[in-house]
Amino acid sequence: MAEPILSIASLKAGYGDFQALFGIDLEVGPGETLALIGANGAGKTTLLRAITGLVGCAPAMVRLDGRPIGGMRPDRIAALGVAMVPEGRRLFRSLSVEENLLIGGERARRGDWTLERVYDLFPILRERRRNPATALSGGQQQMVAIGRALMANPRLILFDEISLGLAPVVIRDIYAAVPAIMASGVSAILVEQDVTRALAVARKFVCLQEGRVSLAGRPGEHDRQAITAAYFGLAR
Amino acid sequence: MDWVNAIVQGVLIGGLYALFAAGLSLIFGVMRLVNIAHGDMIVAAAYLALVIVQATGLHPLASALLVVPLMALIGYAMQRVLLNPTIGKDLLSPLLVTFGISVILQNGLLVAFTADSRRLAAGSIETASIQLAPGLSLGVLPLLMFAASVLIIFGMELVFFRTSLGRAFRATSDDPEVAQLMNLNRNHVFGMAMALSAAVVAIAGIFLAIRTNFDPASGPARLIFGFEAVIIGGLGNLWGTLAGGVVLGVAQAVGAQISPGWQILAGHLVFFLVLGLRPRGLFPRMD
Ligand SMILES: Nc1ncnc2c1ncn2[C@@H]1O[C@H](COP(=O)(O)OP(=O)(O)OP(=O)(O)O)[C@@H](O)[C@H]1O
Ligand SMILES: [Mg+2]
Repeated sequence: MAEPILSIASLKAGYGDFQALFGIDLEVGPGETLALIGANGAGKTTLLRAITGLVGCAPAMVRLDGRPIGGMRPDRIAALGVAMVPEGRRLFRSLSVEENLLIGGERARRGDWTLERVYDLFPILRERRRNPATALSGGQQQMVAIGRALMANPRLILFDEISLGLAPVVIRDIYAAVPAIMASGVSAILVEQDVTRALAVARKFVCLQEGRVSLAGRPGEHDRQAITAAYFGLAR
Repeated sequence: MDWVNAIVQGVLIGGLYALFAAGLSLIFGVMRLVNIAHGDMIVAAAYLALVIVQATGLHPLASALLVVPLMALIGYAMQRVLLNPTIGKDLLSPLLVTFGISVILQNGLLVAFTADSRRLAAGSIETASIQLAPGLSLGVLPLLMFAASVLIIFGMELVFFRTSLGRAFRATSDDPEVAQLMNLNRNHVFGMAMALSAAVVAIAGIFLAIRTNFDPASGPARLIFGFEAVIIGGLGNLWGTLAGGVVLGVAQAVGAQISPGWQILAGHLVFFLVLGLRPRGLFPRMD
């Protein structure tokens, strides 16, 4: 197997005295999509925050291309090609749609993703580019958040619950864009509550439960029951 | 005609108040910090201009060529060294640091320049005036300063809404955490905001030094005027701040017309009136 882009080893992290992650191990290879699943409060977001530098940890716990980046300043990690679509979208409300996209591409790495390509991927955003980002519907806002991350031309993109709070038809529209994003060769971690959907687009998955990996592997490798048990922590 | 004259003078001084206020408003907008040292920075800039004028013989207005970049540099360094380490944890620590800077500036200026009040002489332009109507004439210098204030506010709006630096300011103000994920170094963005604020402070300091006497203790009153202009105008709106400065200037001028003792009080009264009737100011933009 090719050298992993991201490797996480014995990652422990938390908020002040509260520990949320108790020794996580996982790897993401080039162009690979990893589904990260788990119940509410399992620690999925905390894991992504540790990768992006928003939560501290020891340097060697997170490596990008073998280089320790744990605890580095978030803007430095972003400059290395890690982008995040945060939980709850968190668009900049005083910026227009287009400005939200442009700021994602600020000092970006070189690559294929441009304003035009993002607009081609989500044509509705081109129409609404002058609007304040928060004047858009939830699904359109999610498109902006995804576009904003793509504009950085990341090597690794972290999606945190991009279907949260959206209607099923809208979720389908958003997921329709995922193959086009992956085709550009980017690696991804996809956090989802909707296990079926996550496993459909990922080659492998990691299930977290109360800050620990409760199950990991390829989607076909485990039956539904085992995954449900790992997810909810039943029958162990 | 006295009343018309008073109101016109009030409008013109309002431009200066808006300059006091603009940098204050920028810092509050970007990092949610009330810079208590703002007024003292204005006075420090006035002294800096004084020193430069005495040393080089430059015209006070031309001294801006040196005072503005110097103040911007000092502002940037002050933010990175003194303020950034305290920002983000709680609201009180950076506030206390600016309070400390204020005290140090006042005492430092006192040691360096004594308590004597000073003034910058601007030469013949000080007495030049345009006759608008019989009994109503406008000083060229106040007019020039007002025009400069409007231009500076216009320039700040351009930076804020049309440049990538302004985008970084607004994004950091909206969501400092996610802004970092956009490859923005928060410490640098804050440093640049303070540099811009200090550059405006530099102009305000030079204008102050030409228009009035100043001494090391003049800072706090400028802070209050700036603060009142921001609140009257409405947070987050620089054009509102200009309007706020003008309202304050006119209120003071009208107060002075009634009785000299009423000048400052009238300004405060109008401030409280606006605060009571429209707590978010006349033209609020920020939530
Ligand atoms: N800012 C914070 N301060 C303190 N504790 C936090 C903070 N954010 C999360 N936690 C706690 O850390 C644990 C893991 O939370 P995290 O947000 O990583 O879970 P999650 O798997 O993303 O959950 P969800 O599906 O609800 O988004 C939870 O117990 C949560 O209460
Ligand atoms: Mg989460």
